[in-house]
Amino acid sequence: MVADKGRMSAKRFGTGLVTLLTLTALSLCPAPAAATDGALAEADSLAPVPSLAPPVNVRAVDTDNDRGSQIDVSWEASADVEFGRVEFYRILRSSHPDTGFAAVGRVGFTQTSYVDAGMEDETDYYYRVAAGAGEELSYSPTIGPVVSRPHWFNMGRLNCLVAVIIFVLAIIIFVTWAKGGRDLFIRRLPGLDEVDNAVGRATEMGKPILYITGLSGISDVATIAAINILGEVAKKTAEYNTRLIVPCADPIVMAVEQEVVKEAYAEMGRPDAYNDDDVFYLTRSQFAYVAGVNGIMVRQRPATILYMGMFYAESLVLAETGSSVGAIQIAGTDAVTQLPFFITSCDYTLIGEELYAASAYLSREPILLGGLKGVDAFKFMVGVLLILGVIAATLASSGVIEANFMAPLYATG
Amino acid sequence: MMRRQIPLALCFIFGVFMTIQYFIPHHTIADMQERVLMWLQTLLAFAFLLGTVSLIKLHYHKIRNRADDRGYSFVALTGLVTMMALGFFHPQHNLPGSPFSLMFLNVQVPIEATMFSLLAFYIASAAFRAFRARTLEATLLLVAACIVMLGRVPIGDMIHEGIPQATRWILEVPNLASKRGVMIGVGLGMMATSLKIILGIERAWMGGGD
Repeated sequence: MVADKGRMSAKRFGTGLVTLLTLTALSLCPAPAAATDGALAEADSLAPVPSLAPPVNVRAVDTDNDRGSQIDVSWEASADVEFGRVEFYRILRSSHPDTGFAAVGRVGFTQTSYVDAGMEDETDYYYRVAAGAGEELSYSPTIGPVVSRPHWFNMGRLNCLVAVIIFVLAIIIFVTWAKGGRDLFIRRLPGLDEVDNAVGRATEMGKPILYITGLSGISDVATIAAINILGEVAKKTAEYNTRLIVPCADPIVMAVEQEVVKEAYAEMGRPDAYNDDDVFYLTRSQFAYVAGVNGIMVRQRPATILYMGMFYAESLVLAETGSSVGAIQIAGTDAVTQLPFFITSCDYTLIGEELYAASAYLSREPILLGGLKGVDAFKFMVGVLLILGVIAATLASSGVIEANFMAPLYATG
Repeated sequence: MMRRQIPLALCFIFGVFMTIQYFIPHHTIADMQERVLMWLQTLLAFAFLLGTVSLIKLHYHKIRNRADDRGYSFVALTGLVTMMALGFFHPQHNLPGSPFSLMFLNVQVPIEATMFSLLAFYIASAAFRAFRARTLEATLLLVAACIVMLGRVPIGDMIHEGIPQATRWILEVPNLASKRGVMIGVGLGMMATSLKIILGIERAWMGGGD
């Protein structure tokens, strides 16, 4: 019996030892992969998922004062921008609220607006904006519908329109007065008074007059003003039978100048004195033009040189060469940066707006003088407004009045 | 009669159109404006033909009439014909290394650079003339110019730290104020001239007269 109990104990001990060894061996062996992944997936589903925060307060409105087919989309930045997690925003558009969204634009994470263009007018559109980082996107709720429409008036330019209307009225009033025979005083412009003397001097010396209208094309108002003056100068050269040389840098300007000079000669009863070869095309190239004109100055030694119109870096090279050949020089330009050069090198200079007044001043036609007085009246109004603006800005900066009370006036379209 | 009325009518129509399109953003008007600008580009392309014809005619007359300076005319026409021939008849003329490109880069560009560099010498001679202190205005100009020139180089700051500040003040206050004054006048003068042309008040650009 005792022997049987002893065998039973030994058997239990053996079984327990084998079980312990088996468990120990199992714990030392690597576990199957599926079991591990399952365990991790279960762990992840329990932890919070760090996804991107979407942009908020997304708005989409029809663009103001536009030609149509444009919608302004704006939003507030994703909360994850400050953690550096957002790389870009993607803008999506659809004509249905639930489906069919397609990306129409992408902007950097620092931007919070986008102008979407190219859609059909008068059609409902829906927008979503997604914050993105790599492949991950986090979408805002859908907003809409929004409709784009073309506009028939740019409200941002209303101030400009009011100013233009006042300006036109001022000119019409003064032109009407001038037509009625009212005497209009125009201050003296010494440069233009000297044109007569300059033409006379060239006649006495038997030398030509050189007229240069700058490098700009016909679409530049300064060139047109220069052509207007050319007409008056050509009448004087036709009267005195003095040669007038006009080298051009633009073929269209050349065609117009040929016509202007020809008409001026015809008007003075000297059509035969007009020579087509004296109003000619040189080149469009800036410094090739300078070389050509300087060559004419040095070879022909003109007694008078007139520079009227728009000039660039060539102004000083031309004017200094003209000065070196002993010509009387009269310049007129609206190029503010070139004015000092002309003032230094020329005998007389028409500064800025005087160029535009020259044609009326030389022709003395009452209607043109009326226009000139209209400009002066408008300029006076602008001056008064400037003074009022300075006073208002000073008061606003000192807190006496609201700082942004003039904001509508600054609006531009 | 028609020779004057048609240009005046066209000028009025297009002038008014270009003015109102500034205030009307609608695509109907914007498309029309773009079309007008395209016409302008096309016209400009044809205008170059006018210029070339004028250039050839002028120099041909000088050579034919044996003018004193006909040598220059010969050079101008030779240059024109050579560059046109290289441009028209050489395949891929605008590629680097082509004869056209070589002529442009090695002849025209250096000559133009030379002309431009003359400006430095002319500035020196003009400055010498302008800065002669014969009147109060010229003296003021001389003093202001000296301050600005010194304030723009490191030695000005080394002489006195107030010189760069004075330079800034001269440029930003009296200089800028007078510039703006001129620019306001120019802007209004441009508007007035444009308006007079559009309304047919100013007709000198057509050769004057009625």
